[in-house]
Amino acid sequence: MKRNHQRVRPFDLALHLVLALLALLTLYPFYNVLILSFSNIQAISGHTPYLWFWAMDLEGYRTIVKDPYFFSSLGNTLFVTIIGTGINMLLSVAGAYVLSKKKLPARNALLTLVVIPMLFSGGMIPTYLVMKDYRLIDSIWSMILPCAVSSYYVIIMKNYFRSISPSLEEAAVIDGANDVTVLLRVILPISLPFTMTFFLFYAVERWNEWWNAYLYISERKLYPLQIYLREVLINMNNQLSLMAQIKSGKKIPAESVQMATIIITALPILCVYPFIQKYFVKGVMIGSIKE
Amino acid sequence: MIQAKRSGLYSRIQKTAGKLWSFRLLYLMILPFIIWYMLFCYVPMAGLYLSFEDFSYRGGIWGSKWVGMNNFRAILTDKEFLRAFRNTLVFSMGKLALQFPAAIVLALALNEVQRPRLKKTYQTVLTFPHFISWVVMAGILKNMFAGNGVINQVLTVAGLQPVSPLLSLTGFRPFIWFSNIWKEAGWDTIIYMAALAGIDPGLYEAAEIDGANRWGKIWHITLPGIRSTILIMLILEIGRIMTTGASFDQVFNLYSSPVYEVADTIDTYIYRTSFNGTRDFGYTTAVGLFKSVMGVTMMLGANRLVTACGEDGLF
Repeated sequence: MKRNHQRVRPFDLALHLVLALLALLTLYPFYNVLILSFSNIQAISGHTPYLWFWAMDLEGYRTIVKDPYFFSSLGNTLFVTIIGTGINMLLSVAGAYVLSKKKLPARNALLTLVVIPMLFSGGMIPTYLVMKDYRLIDSIWSMILPCAVSSYYVIIMKNYFRSISPSLEEAAVIDGANDVTVLLRVILPISLPFTMTFFLFYAVERWNEWWNAYLYISERKLYPLQIYLREVLINMNNQLSLMAQIKSGKKIPAESVQMATIIITALPILCVYPFIQKYFVKGVMIGSIKE
Repeated sequence: MIQAKRSGLYSRIQKTAGKLWSFRLLYLMILPFIIWYMLFCYVPMAGLYLSFEDFSYRGGIWGSKWVGMNNFRAILTDKEFLRAFRNTLVFSMGKLALQFPAAIVLALALNEVQRPRLKKTYQTVLTFPHFISWVVMAGILKNMFAGNGVINQVLTVAGLQPVSPLLSLTGFRPFIWFSNIWKEAGWDTIIYMAALAGIDPGLYEAAEIDGANRWGKIWHITLPGIRSTILIMLILEIGRIMTTGASFDQVFNLYSSPVYEVADTIDTYIYRTSFNGTRDFGYTTAVGLFKSVMGVTMMLGANRLVTACGEDGLF
């Protein structure tokens, strides 16, 4: 027994060493970005700022906050996230609930309608041309409408709604409730932690949305934060920090402006993530269990 | 006789209509959902008609010149497409060989952590990068691997040669593979963790009585316990070989013209050549359709394989 106990120790030690190292490797790049976002010319050239905050200079952040395009893109991203997620949930919950009704005539045809797009799509160019016909080019709705429903989430939600005991619903129906009231008063309250998961998945996707914007939006006022960041990273940085330098008479490294933008773009997820992580895990686990 | 038949039919129609009418509220609830699928999935699918045309802005999808199979014939001799096709497959194979086992090993390691709170902390940290967009990730990685970035500073201090994998023909592919492992491997473990949670703890107790050590338990209980999950994930991954090797988001945000030779995938090829005007929209639509058909075929084949193994398929 004792020998066995001793044999366990080095195993656990090695395990924790490896996992702790991996955890550090995962977090370090974000830490590095944080350091650089607070650095200035002296810090970058004098020290090598990769382990400690050599400076606490807010100039990078100040530069962005002074840029009017930063605020318009923040506003656009907030709009897309709030309205987009609302539409996502409205359509998905209603769709999944109706599809969970076994007795619904033509239910299988409707399910096929949902499953086919999981396998096959029109592709980039036909979708682009159709979006153009809908007059969605250079419209904020081009970031919301093409991704208003995710077939994958709808299927998982449908399976979950179906697993809810029908007796609950029957009781409500006897009391004279119609389908809408059943959904709102019975189904949604008891499946709240579950639907919450999909709310979060959708919200993160809308916040991170960049591709539709990249494809359909050329007007700068309509850029979301992700595209604004792309611009700052690729070309606008020089212009932006140059303007700030002229105004403040102080030299600002493009790097700290870029890194500050990264921090601001990732911040909401960074802050909220630790508290909601369990919902994400739960969502995947439910998705992996077949009915 | 005819009268009777007709009234039978009439009553049947009446019955069906009555049944449909009793579901009217549900149909009304799902109506916007169906309209969305029609407008944003099925109309673009119908737009694949374009792959048989020579696109003109005046004609649009429905009125451009019909050229039959010409676009598809051109695909097979298009060197740049063949390069993109090869790169897509190479990215997928590498992912299959590296990221797929990495996720399993990571899941097994996490499963060995005895204290639940510590296990949760590791999981929380390791799944985090999954939720950060590739736009942000590319910004971080490009900065770290820049000439004056953190990686090269450390290498210089250590007396080693500086590296620039993002611009190197030999370094770009491994960079894609490993950056994706870094971002996604933690997330990939969740499905295995779910399977691991379902293993009967009694088996471990029995093995302990038989004198099995940690490795023995992993080998004889844990791994067999998630074998079917591994098998399904493997087959599905093979089924997705045309799409997921390196996601569009990842490659598009990291690549640049010096590495097109090893980095260009079918999706990035379609985007670039369509919108910089080097290729006709009809032609690139045909490329997209070709890719989709290959992808669906692979996926359906994989699904059949899963069901043939006695597991639940996707459909």
